[in-house]
Amino acid sequence: MSTETLVQEKKEVKTEAWFSKRRKRFITDPLNEDNPITVQVLGICSALAITIKMEPTLIMSIAVVFVVVFSNLIISLIRNLIPNRVRIIVQLAVIATLVTLVSELLKAYNYEMYKVLGAFVGLIITNCIVMGRLEAFAMGNKPYDSMLDGLGSGLGYAWIILTVAFFRELFGSGSVFGFEVFKAIGIENMPNNSLMVDSIGAFMVLGIIIWIQRSKTGYVEH
Amino acid sequence: MDLISLGIRSIFIENMIFAYFLGMCSFLAVSKKVSTAIGLGAAVIFVLTITAPLDWLIQEYILKEGALTWISPEFSELNLEFLQFIMFIAVIAALVQLVEMVIEKFSPSLYGTLGIFLPLIAVNCAILGSSLFMVQRDYNLAEATVFGFSSGIGWMMAIVALAAIREKLKYSNVPDGLKGLGLTMLITGLMGIAFKSFIGLAI
Repeated sequence: MSTETLVQEKKEVKTEAWFSKRRKRFITDPLNEDNPITVQVLGICSALAITIKMEPTLIMSIAVVFVVVFSNLIISLIRNLIPNRVRIIVQLAVIATLVTLVSELLKAYNYEMYKVLGAFVGLIITNCIVMGRLEAFAMGNKPYDSMLDGLGSGLGYAWIILTVAFFRELFGSGSVFGFEVFKAIGIENMPNNSLMVDSIGAFMVLGIIIWIQRSKTGYVEH
Repeated sequence: MDLISLGIRSIFIENMIFAYFLGMCSFLAVSKKVSTAIGLGAAVIFVLTITAPLDWLIQEYILKEGALTWISPEFSELNLEFLQFIMFIAVIAALVQLVEMVIEKFSPSLYGTLGIFLPLIAVNCAILGSSLFMVQRDYNLAEATVFGFSSGIGWMMAIVALAAIREKLKYSNVPDGLKGLGLTMLITGLMGIAFKSFIGLAI
């Protein structure tokens, strides 16, 4: 994909609208056809661990979007200065700095959530989406395009984990964002499925989401 | 005795994959053949066993609040914990490079089997994850080493088992949308249920 966009960019006229068709695709593609989780198989580690409830998932999504957008921007700005041999370390240093920032902010403003997410905030560093976008896109593209690309990938990641969390919280704890749905619609004794709270539920729900999405887009893995 | 029980717990009950989803990326990507799965698993055990105690030393003697008192008592108020992520990831990345070079020099045959997997390991969340868990749970040096080693074994066991199942399933008739990742997810879920039967196991 990266080489393709590179070639495209050379042909591009110098002045381009802020939201031209080509740039919109950076955001819309990762949402569905080129989704980082379900198609590219990246960033599954953290996607599953924190999806028991909606709220931590939302915080995690925001954190990942922030990290991927800004690491893409920073790496893209300094892409011509990075020696090829040490690029992994440079990328990791940039990502780790941003993640530290997120973690300190969370610690300061929402300590409860910081405790819930625990080590998984730190694990954004090894979230392959961030590294993958840096390698595949930010190393060879202009800053603004890289930011859009990061935003697209981040949002693609976010909607999948929010969907997984929705089903896990709904059937595992009978609520959405802590709001008890089943009680509100008059079902008093809806039993909770404890498999959903467990890791197994996450694998199953994600497996089924992938199945549905791929049947729709017609993507087949060989 | 505590150490053995910690080891058993990290291999079976608190398995890196089935309980914490760590190292899923390479778990899914490199589990098509048993032989490569064994190679990657061995490399992970190796790196985990070294990084866990090393990161423990860094946490204890550099990062923790008041850890630098061994240099001068003036530092007793200093808390460098915000540098934790950068330090840990730097240690892991550097160590992986070092290990790669050492193996290449002294055992070309081992390098042939492990070599290609080593760079992959730097971004394997199981490695960073076990270091972060170790800090969270206040392990001592011996516990950290055992924890690193047995987490690696648990991870290897999971990836080898998955690779074996996927080899068997290669020629099965699977619905198009479920091929590859979807089916792997469901299998992992079923394997997770099997691993649940170890809960309560203690020595």
